[in-house]
Amino acid sequence: MTITEKILAAHCGKSAVTPGEFINARVDFALGNDVTAPFAIDEFKKASIKRVFNRAKIALVPDHFTPNKDVASAQQCRKMAEFAKAYNIKYYFEQGRAGIEHVLLPEAGLVKPGDLIIGADSHTCTYGALGAFSAGVGSTDLAAVMATGKCWLKVPESIKFIYKGRLKKWVGGKDIILYTIGKIGVDGAVYKAMEFRGPTIKNLPMDDRFTMCNMAIEAGGKNGIIAPDGITDAYIKKGKCYSSDKSAVYFKTCEYDVSKLEPQVACPHLPSNVKPASRLRKINIDQSFIGSCTNGRLSDLRIAAKILKGKKVNSRVRLIVIPATQKIYLAALKEGLLEIFVKAGGAIETPTCGPCLGGHAGILAEGEVCVATTNRNFRGRMGHPKSFVYLSNAAVAAASAVKGRIAHPEEVGTPQKGTPRPNKILQRL
Amino acid sequence: MSRRTRQNIGINKEKNWKIYTRGVSLFGASPLKGKAHKFGNNVNTDEIIPARYLNTTDPKILGKHCMEDADSSFASKVKKGDIIVAGKNFGCGSSREHAPVAIKACGVSCVVAENFARIFYRNAINIGLPILESEAASKSIRASDLVKIDLNSGLIRNLNKNQQYKAQAFPKFMQKIIAAGGLMKCIKSQ
Repeated sequence: MTITEKILAAHCGKSAVTPGEFINARVDFALGNDVTAPFAIDEFKKASIKRVFNRAKIALVPDHFTPNKDVASAQQCRKMAEFAKAYNIKYYFEQGRAGIEHVLLPEAGLVKPGDLIIGADSHTCTYGALGAFSAGVGSTDLAAVMATGKCWLKVPESIKFIYKGRLKKWVGGKDIILYTIGKIGVDGAVYKAMEFRGPTIKNLPMDDRFTMCNMAIEAGGKNGIIAPDGITDAYIKKGKCYSSDKSAVYFKTCEYDVSKLEPQVACPHLPSNVKPASRLRKINIDQSFIGSCTNGRLSDLRIAAKILKGKKVNSRVRLIVIPATQKIYLAALKEGLLEIFVKAGGAIETPTCGPCLGGHAGILAEGEVCVATTNRNFRGRMGHPKSFVYLSNAAVAAASAVKGRIAHPEEVGTPQKGTPRPNKILQRL
Repeated sequence: MSRRTRQNIGINKEKNWKIYTRGVSLFGASPLKGKAHKFGNNVNTDEIIPARYLNTTDPKILGKHCMEDADSSFASKVKKGDIIVAGKNFGCGSSREHAPVAIKACGVSCVVAENFARIFYRNAINIGLPILESEAASKSIRASDLVKIDLNSGLIRNLNKNQQYKAQAFPKFMQKIIAAGGLMKCIKSQ
């Protein structure tokens, strides 16, 4: 069996499962946010259910439109807070103690290897980086999970992605996953489990693994997953580690040599419309956004600060930086990263999904172009239907903010002699 | 749910599993008939219902903005019973249940596509929006064709071209959920 099949089997009391089979799986952890939970709460209440299946296995995270952007959003968050209180939900994260759900939950140690996690948010697949099975669902599914602790799932076929080669400077998990989506398309893994492995992944830092699994959904994947290893163990000691058998059956195998990979950029309006950053130097930008559940982690902020130190954001460009959680915000503050961003002319905002989904705090006007470290560049995703979003890693977003156009990080000046390469910095975290 | 049904779907051992109908059976319904509205591949949830409307769960408001970023005039021209016909990977992107809710609320009776993104697929079943997968229908039906759909048989008829297409049958597991009237809409405490 594959690692995905093993975790699913373990959660439905079977010794083995096969792709295509429907199972009713036991859920270890469930989550919802201020967009999806209100619907789920309505459904839950309509059914006059008295209690949730386990008050300590549900997280409600107001992160999309917080701090509340308008009255309607405030009402939705109010509904969540009242539900959390009424049903005694242990993990309700109020603003100021929270952050973006998919960065927050691993950081809080609430999701661990071998777990089965169901979240009413499509980027729930992020936790696969820990060797967990985690998949996004909708609100009614969340209501059902909150009531029963169970979720029906179709066992997916798995696609094996093998990556070989040492990554070049300024290239990381974001570039690998964009490259992969560019190769297989936005429907290249519909209903499938995406299993990432190979020598490159073995050396890939945890933050980059989160980024890769986070974007499995952008290829239509049910889940992204990386078998736990020493890097996982250094991140979290808890959980149960599974790995795929040598005899495991895969739908297909894709093998990529990423040793020559350049920083990748997904052009409007699909995450699969991927080109090397160096071929997009003519694209002028109006905004650069560094943040989100994809690339709002401390390592991303460090990379951006490295490029922006002593530089100025181009006068035509707005730079918006959003640390993904309060903890990351504080660490960035202590390390002096926030000072670098402010001195460069960037705006720093409190943890929120905000502009990533065109919610608030960085919406694009008609005709505007944004380089964003986020996960989707669909038409209208960050604002006006006639605005344009280019997806990249934090280094490209920072370099582009300085240049006023899409830029390769090398164009802004390389680190001084003796400065460790970004990948090595990441490994040390 | 009968014991037999519970055994069939392999959940007889689960104590707290109970599906209640929400009174919207996809089967046993009279045939659907409406004008086709055509969309291409990879219609995403941001186009179906942009995030600027996600601060509400009111179907009426969501319906008014259905498909706004793919076709800004869609909500005003769609008529009750009309049918969306799209290409591959319909509903890709976010998990927002607001997407199928908006489609249903604006009067669309069924979505026919080559295939669906998985979260949208689940959500549509859950809220009782009929969806059918048919590559032939997706490719042959043109905008404004009059389409008749029998959900019991999965037959899609193009009345303009006098053609007929057979939709992929739902897996048995799903048929039981649909027959129960939309998936797990209400789960009652024991």
